[in-house]
Amino acid sequence: MSDPDYNFAYLDEQTKRMIRRSLLKAVAIPGYQVPFASREMPMPYGWGTGGIQLTASLIGQYDTLKVIDQGSDDTTNAVSIRQFFRRTTGVKTTEKTTEASLIQTRHRIPETPLTAGQILIYQVPISDPLSFLEPRETEARKMHALGEYGMMHTKLYEDIAHYGAILHTYDYPVRVNDRYVMRPSPIPKFDNPKMDHMPALQVFGAGREKRIYAVPPYTSVKSLDFEDHPFEIQRWEQACALCGATDSFLDEIVVDDQGTRLFACADSDYCGSRQAAQEGES
Amino acid sequence: MSEQALLQVSDLAVRYGDFVACEAINFELYAGEVLGVVGESGSGKTSLLKALSTQHVPSQGTVKYTPRDNKTLSLYQLPEAKRRHLMRSEWGVVHQNPRDGLRLNVSAGANIGERLMANGQRHYANIRQQASDWLTQVEIDVARLDDMPTTFSGGMQQRLQIARNLVTQPRLIFMDEPTGGLDVSVQARLLDLLRKLVAQYQLSVIIVTHDLAVARLLSHRLMVMQQGRVVETGLTDQVLDDPQHPYTQLLVSSVLQP
Repeated sequence: MSDPDYNFAYLDEQTKRMIRRSLLKAVAIPGYQVPFASREMPMPYGWGTGGIQLTASLIGQYDTLKVIDQGSDDTTNAVSIRQFFRRTTGVKTTEKTTEASLIQTRHRIPETPLTAGQILIYQVPISDPLSFLEPRETEARKMHALGEYGMMHTKLYEDIAHYGAILHTYDYPVRVNDRYVMRPSPIPKFDNPKMDHMPALQVFGAGREKRIYAVPPYTSVKSLDFEDHPFEIQRWEQACALCGATDSFLDEIVVDDQGTRLFACADSDYCGSRQAAQEGES
Repeated sequence: MSEQALLQVSDLAVRYGDFVACEAINFELYAGEVLGVVGESGSGKTSLLKALSTQHVPSQGTVKYTPRDNKTLSLYQLPEAKRRHLMRSEWGVVHQNPRDGLRLNVSAGANIGERLMANGQRHYANIRQQASDWLTQVEIDVARLDDMPTTFSGGMQQRLQIARNLVTQPRLIFMDEPTGGLDVSVQARLLDLLRKLVAQYQLSVIIVTHDLAVARLLSHRLMVMQQGRVVETGLTDQVLDDPQHPYTQLLVSSVLQP
């Protein structure tokens, strides 16, 4: 049961309608940042206020919600947001990627491929890919409108000139539907290829920046690169120490005072279900 | 003459509210020609330059430009996207203060390469090769390719700015006091370089300056401005050696002789 002192999903109905209208526009123009009247939420900016507002306006009685933070279901941010929606909506929550209809995420895309009908909601700290290159907001908007993205490559050029390779490892800029350049939020670039032609709808909310953008299902998402320095994802020498996966994004964890390190999947559901399957076999 | 003028300006005016920065400006510029615009501070030189180079929309008049394909365009009737494309492919703007024309938080190489990348080049090695070629052309040591422009001297920054503009082989360059704030020996070297590049690449240049010596060295023709109006035009030597208008006479006689 949801808390009767709050409206369903915390926000009032008019606010949810306003957000849904912006969201429809965002889906119609893939990668375009739609301004919206972001509300104060009962948590500080930078903790996912944009993502929460999107989830609140999308969630319905029969949805199943999964919340992850850096791939994990049991970190502070994930636990408290999940609790928040359990209390204000009473909907079912899950840790299983396959069972969820809505997944709110901070900085990861689940390892298990998403399917049509699911919605992935990203929390975005800074929405505009041009923000650190072009200080004038008016000029940045004009550059988006006219598709002038040459400047994005100067950043990559600098990396190669100074370090011999593109060292940008997260929030790696992408071009959506061959039109708008977009920040994928601070996901590792390991996850960038998963966004390309994903069957699930991807929506992005930046609460402080008051912007919403989206990638509709089956839309092309290409990471920026040079012809002679193609885009590459991170690789590890190790396999996951817990489940043995070699195809997932690994966290490096220091386990004692001697500096012993352990590599384990960042995605706790993926790792856990693989371990359960292995136990079942033995 | 059957040749099409590169730039045709008719009845151009820039006003800021009631204030007239410049008005009734008419002239034509042909390919390979260097036009100097001289006059004292506040005479409307920079406003004119901004209106010509699409940095500021004029209050009145037309500016027509004939690009490489010979189809004359009226600049302020073009869509903005096309105007900005012209600006970064066929034109260059050299600012008085190199800090306005350079991107200070990326290396010299990226500064030169930016226009190439903006025009769609996506091959790192090629871009880098062109950047180092141009650095050599403007007489900067190639070893400085990955250094930040903030570590460059004033003269080097100005030369870097020129390289950054010329890398896409533009046809028309706008320069606003390119030698402002440089000491005389650095200024002489920069002028030498400019003369060489203008001749080598057949550049058309509109150069705004208050320094008559710079105007004499670089420009073929001169336009003298006073209070927003052109008071005298002609060949550079003619205007400077035999000034007709009282204001030009005053201007020429004000030059200090060391």
